[in-house]
Amino acid sequence: MKKYFDIVVIGAGHAGVEASYAAARMGCTVGLVTMDVNAIGRMSCNPAIGGTAKGHLVREIDALGGIMGVIADRTGIQFKMLNTSKGPAVWSPRCQSDKELYSQEAARIIKEQEGIEIIQGTVKELQISNYKSQIFSEDSNFSKFKYTVSGIITENGEKIDCKSVIITSGTFLNAIMHTGKTNVAGGRIDEKAATGLSENMRSLGFETGRLKTGTPPRLEKSTIDFSVTEIQTGDTIPQQFSQKKMEGFPFQEQVDCYLTHTNTQTHEILRTGFEDSPMFTGRIKGVGPRYCPSIEDKISRFSDKPRHQIFLEPETLTGNTIYMNGFSTSLPIDVQQEAARTIPGLEKVNIVKQGYAVEYDFFPTHQIDLTLETKLVSGLYTAGQINGTSGYEEAAAQGLMAGINSVLKLKGKEPFILKRSEAYIGVLIDDLITKGVDEPYRMFTSCAEYRLILRQDNADLRLMKYGYELGLIDENMILDLKEKADLIWNGVEFLNSNTINQKYVNKYLRKINSSEISQGEFLKNLIRRSEVKLKELLELDCYKDNDLIQNILKNDEAMNQIEIEIKYKGYIDRQDEQISHFVKNEEIKIPVDFKYDKIRSLSTEAREKLKKIRPNSIGQAMRISGVRPSDISAVMVYMRG
Amino acid sequence: MKLSDTIGAISTPIGEGGISVIRLSGENSFELIQKIFFKEKDQSRRIVISEEASHTVHFGYIFEGSQLIDEVLITIFKNPHSYTGEDVIEISSHGGTYITQKILSVLLNNKVRHAEPGEFTKRAFINGKMDLSQAEAVADLIRSKTDSAHSSSIKQLEGSLSEFVYKTRQDIINIVSLVELELDFAEEGLEFVKKEEILDMINSLNERLRNIIASYITGKVIREGVNLVIAGKPNSGKSSLFNYLLKTNRAIVSSIAGTTRDYIEESIIINGVLFNLIDTAGLRQSLDEIESEGIKRSHKKIKEADLIIYLVDSSDSQEEIKKETEHFREDYNKENTILVFSKTDLSKVNLTEDGIRISLLEDKTIEELKKEMISKVTSGKLSLSSEDIILTNLRHRICLENVVTSLDEAANTIKDSMSGEFISVDLRNALNHLGEITGEVTNDDILNNIFRNFCIGK
Repeated sequence: MKKYFDIVVIGAGHAGVEASYAAARMGCTVGLVTMDVNAIGRMSCNPAIGGTAKGHLVREIDALGGIMGVIADRTGIQFKMLNTSKGPAVWSPRCQSDKELYSQEAARIIKEQEGIEIIQGTVKELQISNYKSQIFSEDSNFSKFKYTVSGIITENGEKIDCKSVIITSGTFLNAIMHTGKTNVAGGRIDEKAATGLSENMRSLGFETGRLKTGTPPRLEKSTIDFSVTEIQTGDTIPQQFSQKKMEGFPFQEQVDCYLTHTNTQTHEILRTGFEDSPMFTGRIKGVGPRYCPSIEDKISRFSDKPRHQIFLEPETLTGNTIYMNGFSTSLPIDVQQEAARTIPGLEKVNIVKQGYAVEYDFFPTHQIDLTLETKLVSGLYTAGQINGTSGYEEAAAQGLMAGINSVLKLKGKEPFILKRSEAYIGVLIDDLITKGVDEPYRMFTSCAEYRLILRQDNADLRLMKYGYELGLIDENMILDLKEKADLIWNGVEFLNSNTINQKYVNKYLRKINSSEISQGEFLKNLIRRSEVKLKELLELDCYKDNDLIQNILKNDEAMNQIEIEIKYKGYIDRQDEQISHFVKNEEIKIPVDFKYDKIRSLSTEAREKLKKIRPNSIGQAMRISGVRPSDISAVMVYMRG
Repeated sequence: MKLSDTIGAISTPIGEGGISVIRLSGENSFELIQKIFFKEKDQSRRIVISEEASHTVHFGYIFEGSQLIDEVLITIFKNPHSYTGEDVIEISSHGGTYITQKILSVLLNNKVRHAEPGEFTKRAFINGKMDLSQAEAVADLIRSKTDSAHSSSIKQLEGSLSEFVYKTRQDIINIVSLVELELDFAEEGLEFVKKEEILDMINSLNERLRNIIASYITGKVIREGVNLVIAGKPNSGKSSLFNYLLKTNRAIVSSIAGTTRDYIEESIIINGVLFNLIDTAGLRQSLDEIESEGIKRSHKKIKEADLIIYLVDSSDSQEEIKKETEHFREDYNKENTILVFSKTDLSKVNLTEDGIRISLLEDKTIEELKKEMISKVTSGKLSLSSEDIILTNLRHRICLENVVTSLDEAANTIKDSMSGEFISVDLRNALNHLGEITGEVTNDDILNNIFRNFCIGK
């Protein structure tokens, strides 16, 4: 019997589960092929979700109807809002999750979702046919869709037919793990690599590259003396990632993490392993992430730094393993052990799983477009680490978008592309496609030029309408959102246009050491004082009978939005102006077959990149690295004739 | 496609002249010239440009059919070694409107398209021969009227503005990186720079920018000349001095007060500096309607002037001279004004006031005035001696002013104790404005800078 699904998803990591779930919710049948049915949604590296900028991604995934936020909420064992000493745009939620529970919860959601069938196996080959209406330009380097995907073939020769394939293979394609001089094929410890698929895709004409990432040792909890480390606690009032308010949150017992530091002795011992290091001896060819360097990288690049932070994070609630955050390494196992034991609290530590580096195939992103579909094979999508990103959140965001877009294409609908001015997800995908990847890509808030607008606190207001239109957000959620949005609008309107009499407010101003007023003052002007808190202002007696204000006081989220909108209006206006400039350039479209070869003034680098990436607008072209403003001017002059 | 066709135009100014140059540029310019250019007067020998070296000059004749038009020299520039980067032919013909127009029309009949204004430079830009600010400098160069204007444009061509912009950009990127570091890497246990230090960095950067912007006044003087107004009460000798300086009789001179009813402009060059002389109606209350209008315009011109010569008639009574001098001291700012006592040959009083004394009967006294004019221009605000970059382009000035505004906003944001992401909005605005001159900045620049300088990674 021949199997058929609308969509086959290869890999059941964070990208794969989002892709499968979204596609199934949107009404397609999904075959989710994984090498190990017990590894669905596994946290391969750190046992945490969110963090700076990544927390924004999780909130956006949730607003669009994805599942990462819900899983994190149900399995989190420490919740913390980062950067609360700074402005609201860089607040970022983060949680430690029990990694076993996380994986179980992901598997449960996938199994319960109608339309998804989980298939154990390794995909070896794609079934393809020639694309029917080829668009060939006289410029031989440019062709769109040479083939159409029609199914997959597994290692065992099993054929599965489908209309669309989403590859979310993580670090598994031709993966090699390195520790010291030893290297073994495999994507994670005790898990084999996936071979065949890269070769198959290369034979179709895809380019592949190598990237590298690493993970630190896991420590035996009972051999650690936590009393000499600094306790890192979570927030006293944990906040959910998900907009779906869940009774009983937080579901898990909340625990602490610990901070300790390396020292010069640690560094000396680590140096003794350098001659065996796969990094320094050149055995690893792949490029690793600069923001998450191995400990050996840190001590060689910043040799004047006497110590580095090490966070000790529990991997599970009940288990006996601790994640040694900050100590990613591929040095020989005995060096890892010896060096770790010089660190306060770890004098007697046992390493239960050594740190290692893993090298894997990725597909340089000029081969896909903003929908994550490949330019060569119609119906084929890639998402996650295969596109050169790192991190669960980045992977999940892409998985969700690939899932959505593959369904939209099957249904003959317009693709769903988020702009840089709308979402971190838009920034992430545009960065991938437009700037390309030469090291694993990680989301930072500084990547988002419209950061003040793209806050984690307004992800629902920005994106939930899209989730609803796509069929991923339930009606009751959108009704709640609408109510909240109305309350915000009315609240802002009221506070902008109404004054308060000095006799009602001076007592409060005195209390918070703010200068008193001598006559009626606009509420918005008081709210803009940094020491004034909106909540305290609204709680003044004079508003006791004001229904609008009483409603605002009952809705913390709305109140927060109102306060931000009024307090930071000047900056938000400036940012809106930047966005209107941005949109202008996005709207100047470049024809898909534009002949870059005709403009001789383009630098060779710019020409090559423009031809490879084929930006669809001047705005996108401007963001391509190596394309200088003079190149853009030349293209614009040429377009105008 | 429009940009690969062959264009032609007369490149020297229209009018009588010894020779004129007609320039051809484009894919077919060699082929086209071969059709109409002959080595011999009897059309017996043609030139084969592919066999000739680039940058060589050839003597010969231009024909229309069998009719000889002119004896010319043609210069061959093979691509990419030409002004436009394309195949270029320059025909040096005899001057005069008729001949050059005739040659051009022969070319136009042979499928050459008449070039639009600036099209040669546009092609040079598209073919990578110059960047945008260099192309702008070419436009300035063509319009420049004096030697110093020429050298300033050349300097800009060589990229000193681009260099300055690049350096400033690096400085701002450094500041942004420091701000971003604290936002994205707060968990890394790094030491962050104090806000006061960032404020200092911004302020010193802004000071430098303000200096460059101030140079625009100089730049404008270089390119457009010093607007020099000759002012003074009626019949103080303004038009006489004006005419003397011009050595023409352009303005009407008479001894009846109020003859110059409007202002008159002429340009002269003294020691390489261009002065636009503006003669104004005498400054006094007048009942004459036309004259009143003239006086109104005079006041406007005086307000806009870069330099003012204020004339006091020394043939007047002591009392009147004193009154006029005091009037001058009250109303004019010393920095850009020269007080001049005129008609000293007719003076009957003992002049004690400071000021230049002139008599149109003595060249020497005028030389002294000219010296003072130059010294006013070359010192202080109108300084030409500065070795820094001189801004000559209004667009560049506006961009830099926007940079300064954004940096000021950033400084205010810091003073208001706002968090880094707000400071970053202003700093990135500054970068965007700077990018409008020559280069864009991407987020990558900022992150690269962070990773280069700080130890990141838990």
